[in-house]
Amino acid sequence: MKYWILAGAGLALAACGQKTEAPAADASYQETLMAQLLDAKPGDVIEIPEGTFAFDRSLSLTVDGVTIRGKGMDKSVLSFKNQVAGAEGLIVTANDFTIEDLAIEDPKGDALKISEAENIVIRRVRTEWTGGPKTSNGAYGIYPVQTKNVLMEENVAIAAADAGLYIGQSQNVVVRNNRAEYNVAGIEIENTFDADVYGNVATNNTGGILVFNMPNLKQPGARTRVFDNDVVENNTKNFGHEGTPVATIPAGSGVVINSNDYVEIFNNRIIGNKTANVIISSVYSSGISQEGMSEDFDAYPEAIYVYDNEMSGGGKNPDGLELQALKIAKFGPLGALPDVLWDGFVDPAKLENGALPADMRICIQNGDAEVINVDGPNEFKNPRVATADHDCALPKLPAVTLTGPLAE
Amino acid sequence: MRGWVVIAFLLIAACSGEQTAKPAYHATDNPERLSEWGMSGVSDGALRLAEGVTPYDLATPLFSDYALKLRTVWIPESQAATYDESEAFDFPVGTVFTKTFYYKQEGAAWTGAVLQAEGPVLSYNALPLEGVRLIETRVLVHRENGWAALPYVWNEDQTDAYLKRTGDVQRLTLVRTDGRAEEFAYLVPDANQCAACHATNATTRAIKPIGPKARHLNKPSTFVHGVNQLEDWMTAGLLTGDVGNAAAVPQNAVWTDETATIERRARAYLDANCAHCHNPNGAADTSGLNLEPDAQGPAMGFCKSPIAAGGGSGGRPFDIVPGAPDQSITVFRLQTTDPGAMMPELGRAVSHEEGVALIAEWIAQMDGNCG
Repeated sequence: MKYWILAGAGLALAACGQKTEAPAADASYQETLMAQLLDAKPGDVIEIPEGTFAFDRSLSLTVDGVTIRGKGMDKSVLSFKNQVAGAEGLIVTANDFTIEDLAIEDPKGDALKISEAENIVIRRVRTEWTGGPKTSNGAYGIYPVQTKNVLMEENVAIAAADAGLYIGQSQNVVVRNNRAEYNVAGIEIENTFDADVYGNVATNNTGGILVFNMPNLKQPGARTRVFDNDVVENNTKNFGHEGTPVATIPAGSGVVINSNDYVEIFNNRIIGNKTANVIISSVYSSGISQEGMSEDFDAYPEAIYVYDNEMSGGGKNPDGLELQALKIAKFGPLGALPDVLWDGFVDPAKLENGALPADMRICIQNGDAEVINVDGPNEFKNPRVATADHDCALPKLPAVTLTGPLAE
Repeated sequence: MRGWVVIAFLLIAACSGEQTAKPAYHATDNPERLSEWGMSGVSDGALRLAEGVTPYDLATPLFSDYALKLRTVWIPESQAATYDESEAFDFPVGTVFTKTFYYKQEGAAWTGAVLQAEGPVLSYNALPLEGVRLIETRVLVHRENGWAALPYVWNEDQTDAYLKRTGDVQRLTLVRTDGRAEEFAYLVPDANQCAACHATNATTRAIKPIGPKARHLNKPSTFVHGVNQLEDWMTAGLLTGDVGNAAAVPQNAVWTDETATIERRARAYLDANCAHCHNPNGAADTSGLNLEPDAQGPAMGFCKSPIAAGGGSGGRPFDIVPGAPDQSITVFRLQTTDPGAMMPELGRAVSHEEGVALIAEWIAQMDGNCG
């Protein structure tokens, strides 16, 4: 007997008049789009029509200068529910790429990955695992990595088991006016230089907006500005895979800075994140083996400046026994952890007369927001409110300017 | 000009019922039929290599769902590849590689069931096709503007394979040596997916052969008795350059060779199955994990935390937890068949249980702890 193709099987089922609530995904489009992607020439615009289209394997694009454009994030839907091969929905390894107005649903791995590329625009793309937050969902929604000059705007990312909108090992990035919800990490900036993150809504994630540096990668990261965002009630139970860095994020984390330097957090509304509205930590608090860390890795968050945010309602019900015990001991059963939680790790090599140089400090100028140092280096033995220690200011970072074809 | 002559010859041959293949380099066009490349042809119950086409194999190959593989190389007359100690040899424009994936089938008639079994191998430049199912042949051709990768899928009648640039998924059933059967989706990669592995440098994105490196080819020839495969290539005029002291030519272990150390067998396996992406410039350099034979410490996974693994962590803390394969992500990723978590990402749909056992054994005998 002839072996059959999955797409064929899908069609046969659909043809049998099987009852479906949702419109049956059209599997015949797979070959069309795959061929268009293979045959694309620089300058091409690949239009995705209105409809829900089924794919059984991942899509890829390797041609520079291509635009993929749908009819809207709720109208042109690429569904990978029946995917049997490939680690992402769409992987792009090409420069000068624009994707807009479509949705990628239910891939087995990452939804949209863009690797080693520059001049990238991702606009009004929805990535979603339609069954809601589940550990079995794919890792990343929108995932540019090792990219330069990137604009991510007005996207919607839902239910990724790692980060909804993630940018890693990149340079010169603007992430604005997106919505991330029900992901483990809503928006994550990792090992990236020069990122502006503004106008976004991060809500109902485990952690709202993360600015991380991880060891063993080609580049560290620095200089991220997080401003004018709504980071509200990111209290979803952590459904990340044990072992992944985000799996250690406590539910109820608003903005988290981990081992990154030169980070500015200002003019945000950071509200109702039940562990803490802002967490500043070292990789030493995130369960990473020091045996497995490259020696030149800078594990300490430095030159962090948090100011003029609207913060309220945080820290009332921290995730994890240690923080819960700490809250009750220091602030009572009805109290709350302060808005800013710092794990207390300081690089001993950088201390001058027992203190960090002025330009490397963690500075908090945020009205009546308090800071707690949880004394991580001494296994949390002597946590204390240390707001006065952080009463300082840092020079402000310049805005990120997109360049070349993305210049505004 | 020459190409036209060859095609004309083939057409004539086809009309007269003969099946003699004659190699043809297609400099720009992508022939619809595999036979138009003339590297091999089916006749008298066998897939027969054309004259001048050289079969070869690798010490430790890539695992591809237990498919058996017939690899060939053809280099235009009076030209040769240039030796390199660590990279793929430098092959001249016009070189054509083929890799045919086939199985021993279960039963006399084709049912879609394939066996985990040593199948027939090439002898006297012919692969007997009785009880064999040809699935696909991948062509890798070196053109003026670089290498191109083209997937061909064999037809129902097993007489020729046809270009399928968008790839294919075939539903097969694997019958393991102990009789266990499992259905799986065999992936014929699309042309971009070919490049996903063959662009071993993700920055230049140049497609290159992966297998024909000194360390993979440096083994006794399977096809010419009593000589080393590299020597055979040199004798046949396929390879030139300064090989130097034969004893110093890099050599990967045969992963099943129990006389070799577990370390060398495991590293050879990871090299063949992972290092095309997991090298310092490869597509997987985003992970910081390097599985080339010379990588050490956290770079090769020792106590290394995952970066962007998602479900690929399998809930385990580090890539390699010395002494504890069941806690090592590396083992999980090789074991799982979840497309979102498994490694390699492409070209595998079933678990290579014997390969997983090898890597597990390697990790089990490691000393140290991750603190």
